[in-house]
Amino acid sequence: MNIPEHLHYTAEHEWLHQDGEITVIGITDHAQGELGDVVYLELPEVGSEIVQGESFGVIESVKAASDLYAPISGEVTAVNGDLEAAPQRVNESPYDDGWLIEVRPSRFADEQDTLLDASAYRDLLA
Amino acid sequence: MNAGQEHPTAVAGAGAGAGAALLPAPPLLFEQSVPGRTGVQLAPLDVPRSAPLPDELLRTELPLPELSEPEVVRHFTNTSRRNFSVDQGFYPLGSCTMKYNPKINDQVANLPGLAAIHPYQDEATVQGALRMLWELQEWLGEIAGLPAVSLQPSAGAHGELTGALIIRAFHEAAGRQRTTMLVPDSAHGTNPATAAMAGYRSRTVPTGPDGSLDFAALQDALDADVAGLMITNPNTLGLFVEGITDIAAAVHEAGGLVYMDGANMNAMVGVARPGDLGTDILHFNLHKTFSVPHGGGGPGAGATAVTADLAPYLPPPVVCRDGDTYRHDYRRPRSIGRVRAFYGNFNNAVRGYAYLRSLGGDGLSEMSRLAVLNANYVRAALADHLELPYPRICKHEAVFSARLVARDHGVRTLDIAKRLIDYGIHPPTIYFPLIVPEALMVEPTETESKDTLDHFIAALRAILAEAAATPELVRTAPHSTPIGRLDEATAARRPVLTWPLPDGGSPRRGK
Repeated sequence: MNIPEHLHYTAEHEWLHQDGEITVIGITDHAQGELGDVVYLELPEVGSEIVQGESFGVIESVKAASDLYAPISGEVTAVNGDLEAAPQRVNESPYDDGWLIEVRPSRFADEQDTLLDASAYRDLLA
Repeated sequence: MNAGQEHPTAVAGAGAGAGAALLPAPPLLFEQSVPGRTGVQLAPLDVPRSAPLPDELLRTELPLPELSEPEVVRHFTNTSRRNFSVDQGFYPLGSCTMKYNPKINDQVANLPGLAAIHPYQDEATVQGALRMLWELQEWLGEIAGLPAVSLQPSAGAHGELTGALIIRAFHEAAGRQRTTMLVPDSAHGTNPATAAMAGYRSRTVPTGPDGSLDFAALQDALDADVAGLMITNPNTLGLFVEGITDIAAAVHEAGGLVYMDGANMNAMVGVARPGDLGTDILHFNLHKTFSVPHGGGGPGAGATAVTADLAPYLPPPVVCRDGDTYRHDYRRPRSIGRVRAFYGNFNNAVRGYAYLRSLGGDGLSEMSRLAVLNANYVRAALADHLELPYPRICKHEAVFSARLVARDHGVRTLDIAKRLIDYGIHPPTIYFPLIVPEALMVEPTETESKDTLDHFIAALRAILAEAAATPELVRTAPHSTPIGRLDEATAARRPVLTWPLPDGGSPRRGK
């Protein structure tokens, strides 16, 4: 199972990568494996606000449709538009080309304690 | 679903390739078309020709296939042979109650006095049909333990929507603005979808370690915003929800209503009544529990039963009896309004009625007891072969997990399901409920004999042995069908929905 050490994780199987003021969000290798082939994504618009714990979009695979839960609160600064034409990127490259959205966190200091590190996420899957 | 073998009782001979030669892929009707060939003869025109239509409404070309009658008959007959139905073999599709549908139901539904009547006919001329609907309402009310019944909803999710709108109307009539519907994490996806359709925010309540609803989590979730709880009992794990009366009492205490999704009523007809367990609203799936044929997209029938207090909110019309006369009652000032034109899926109400009359009260409770017995026979016979995430006596279906098979042999539930096709068995429901990893949900129903169950058990054990010895054989199944694994991702992303004309006509593709 691919669980990069430098990322943060959530129990909802999302990853976060802090890059200066911006946080990149995607779903984990485990999540894409459980979902199977992703066929459609509904992602928020740039400029919209997401709220920790609430749904910010939908991911649909050949097997299931699932809500995407916001791991942190903040403003959406970018959305991976390539996924509209090529949703399979989420399966092929969940930590890289298959990223979902970029967010400027608004309450990261309060919210970061809820996130897991790689070792805690690995324990969750065990 | 493509049919596997012709003889579902033969476990032996389920090897690669068996049956593939039976069914060559038939060409499309368009590909068989020959200009000028025809299968119809029209009589000469014997009425005055009307004025011609304006030119802009006429098209010059209509590229339909041109074939003879035997070509058309063979095409559709050969195509139908690739189907799989409960009339052909075992169909243990969990949560769908694919029981055998007795043919007498269809015979009754085709009686001219029922099949040839018109919804606009004077009520005096259709008293028999109205009496039948009234009796069906009464009997379903008796089975539910809820006295008022609407036969209007067209299917299960339509019954859910009717129920959720009644919950909304009930609270609004009392001047309450409630915003949340509680839904267990094991629920069918239609429940939260229904709540959203009715204007509610759905809030998930987790399942406890015993497979029932987590009562403490329910109590935490109950507040003055909760309009109701949508609960399925037995739930989608095939387990009776322990403490259902306490759950209902807690919801009522908080001012909410209890909606029971009757998808799994096949486990409790004539044994327990949802109304006695604290349910306020229940929908039946006549097309599951009461043997109306289904599986091809409908039509279904989702009769909905409510308490006497909620009767004023039912959609009109409800059939009433005045002495010896039956009539439609449209006077329902507090009703949520019509949910459907005319009188529901009338022919399916007839089929459900025929089934209830055939079995009678004792027969119906025996039906549920046998459904539960059959599911537990399968559960016990496979308990040493597959993981049971909630190992207790189940109701009408058993949910297994192939998690360890996937971990040890790289053979997933999907592969096992595909391999069952080679054994002449329709695959069970897989990957549902979502809270069970690698789920395999088996609902044998009461109509299957012990021989059929033993065949299924032997097939599944054989496949699990194959998963250990020759995993590639299972991973590449089915081997006995004209087409093996479909590219489901491309089919979903880029479905080809029309056939392109070879002469360059524009092929229209889905997005």
